[in-house]
Amino acid sequence: MSKVLMKGNEAIAEAAIRAGCRHYFGYPITPQTEIAAYMAKRMPKIGGTFLQAESEISAINMVYGVSSAGLRVMTSSSSPGVSLKQEGISYLAGSDLPALIVNVQRGGPGLGGIQPSQSDYYQATKGGGHGDYHLIVLAPASVQEMADFTVKAFELADKYRMPAMLLADGTMGQMMEPVVLPAENSGKTYEKPWAVRGTENKREHNIINSLYLVPEQLEVKNLERYERYKEVEKNETLVEEYLTDDADICVVAFGIAARVSKNAINAAREKGIKAGLIRPMTLWPFPSEAIARAAERVKGFISVELSMGQMIDDIRLAESCKKPVVLCNRVGGMIPSPEQVLKAIEDMEGGER
Amino acid sequence: MAVVFQKPKALTDAPLHYCPGCTHGIIHRLVAEAIDDLGILGKTVGIAPVGCAVMAYDYFACDMVEAAHGRAPAVATGLKRAMPDRIIFTYQGDGDLASIGMAETVHAATRNENITVIFVNNAIYGMTGGQMAPTSLPGQVTQTSPYGRDVKTVGYPIKVCELLSALDAPEYIERVAVNNVKNVLNAKRAIKKAFQNQIDGKGFSLIEVVSSCPTNWGMTPQKALDWVESDMIPYYPLGVYRDKSAKEAK
Repeated sequence: MSKVLMKGNEAIAEAAIRAGCRHYFGYPITPQTEIAAYMAKRMPKIGGTFLQAESEISAINMVYGVSSAGLRVMTSSSSPGVSLKQEGISYLAGSDLPALIVNVQRGGPGLGGIQPSQSDYYQATKGGGHGDYHLIVLAPASVQEMADFTVKAFELADKYRMPAMLLADGTMGQMMEPVVLPAENSGKTYEKPWAVRGTENKREHNIINSLYLVPEQLEVKNLERYERYKEVEKNETLVEEYLTDDADICVVAFGIAARVSKNAINAAREKGIKAGLIRPMTLWPFPSEAIARAAERVKGFISVELSMGQMIDDIRLAESCKKPVVLCNRVGGMIPSPEQVLKAIEDMEGGER
Repeated sequence: MAVVFQKPKALTDAPLHYCPGCTHGIIHRLVAEAIDDLGILGKTVGIAPVGCAVMAYDYFACDMVEAAHGRAPAVATGLKRAMPDRIIFTYQGDGDLASIGMAETVHAATRNENITVIFVNNAIYGMTGGQMAPTSLPGQVTQTSPYGRDVKTVGYPIKVCELLSALDAPEYIERVAVNNVKNVLNAKRAIKKAFQNQIDGKGFSLIEVVSSCPTNWGMTPQKALDWVESDMIPYYPLGVYRDKSAKEAK
């Protein structure tokens, strides 16, 4: 299949269309606006809906409406906008509705900046809004994965009836790389007998709802949802391991941080230091087993993040605090350099060689 | 034996939870009658608000969605864009539509979304126990305006029909009441027209129904209906605020 040169944001948009998404709702915010711009051009030509909503809050509720009708639907934003969507995301989770939310992260908190960041990790992986719930969180590290994970996210969301998030960052959104686009009509589809498309006077009415005033019923709803989450954890965890077989030092990083880390690991290997990388491709479910396995043999872990250290908590939980875990980070829109990561690897190995 | 009166098909058998004397029951029935009359039950999707009518999803026999507080017009937008051939209506109270959901309301109206909005204005937050609403009258005593609504500190009530009439887009805007038989019959006509407009593809139709809340107003049902006549309607004049098609026909 032929490759095309594309921006990460545009790859998401085109992949979404090819996965059967015909409804997009968004609100302008840097650094993800290309997704909306692409949808604005394409959707009217293929009988789809592009609508610039009055707010992020409205956009996510329009998503809620389309998802209730049983159709594939998405919204995209960047950090401050994704905070605004949290109410709607909680309602999607509470009503067991599938949808794709893309977060092309920028520095925070508050208005922050417009340069890349990974500081919405907690928000994405621990629920984000109120109540007990999870999203499926995919973390692309290339333009190719921006496209592939978009299709995957729609599939998983439909399969498990839950919202999925693509957690990218400004670098992934803005950079151009060759990409093989998914074929038209990609992604498995699922029957949605629960959708509200009118009863046609042939069945009892369907109700899309997250309200359960009887606590016993709400408890059951939550327990059922977490049974489904267990299945997701069992079946859908994705991880890449790079040179971990003989590694003494294990770097853990996702997205742009993983690409930087690979360079540092190659440099360390040239210096005779056995470093390897665990790259979570799903952040929820988190690849705890891969981390736990590594903990049996490595000297320690280095969590490379574009945040003040958020994923590091999940690493420590996964390896049960058996080995030291250090943070190697830049924040505020800065990206760690390969040299900085190499230095962290050398420090753990016992000083520069 | 001839059947002279029966429950509309668009209502389920679920017992309503509304307080004695509350006019939500009448308004539910009028919406259901309109759906029955137009023969659209099988292709209608309703959206319940947050507030007293939150459990409307159990009462209407069509497919139903429960929306977050104030977001019903956005949810309706999604549903209508996904299924242009379905009939989509929202049923919202004053806190939901005119306070927390004002942005969603105004923008759905200005897009002339082809949906039907039933707006129940009873000048108070009922479900949470009687707090001041965006439509509470000047001087009205509520739990959060215990000395009466002081317009100097909290401002004036929002007149939704008048406000939305300032927009170019909306198709139909009318304010009705259900405090007496004459008004109930008129409300029925207006609600039916709001659904017919959607069937005809005309666009955004909103019916504001001036309603009563005996429990939180601290009145008997009869006294509450009297107060609708004596205090509510003078502040919220009934009538057609916008009828684009009628105007164009002239």
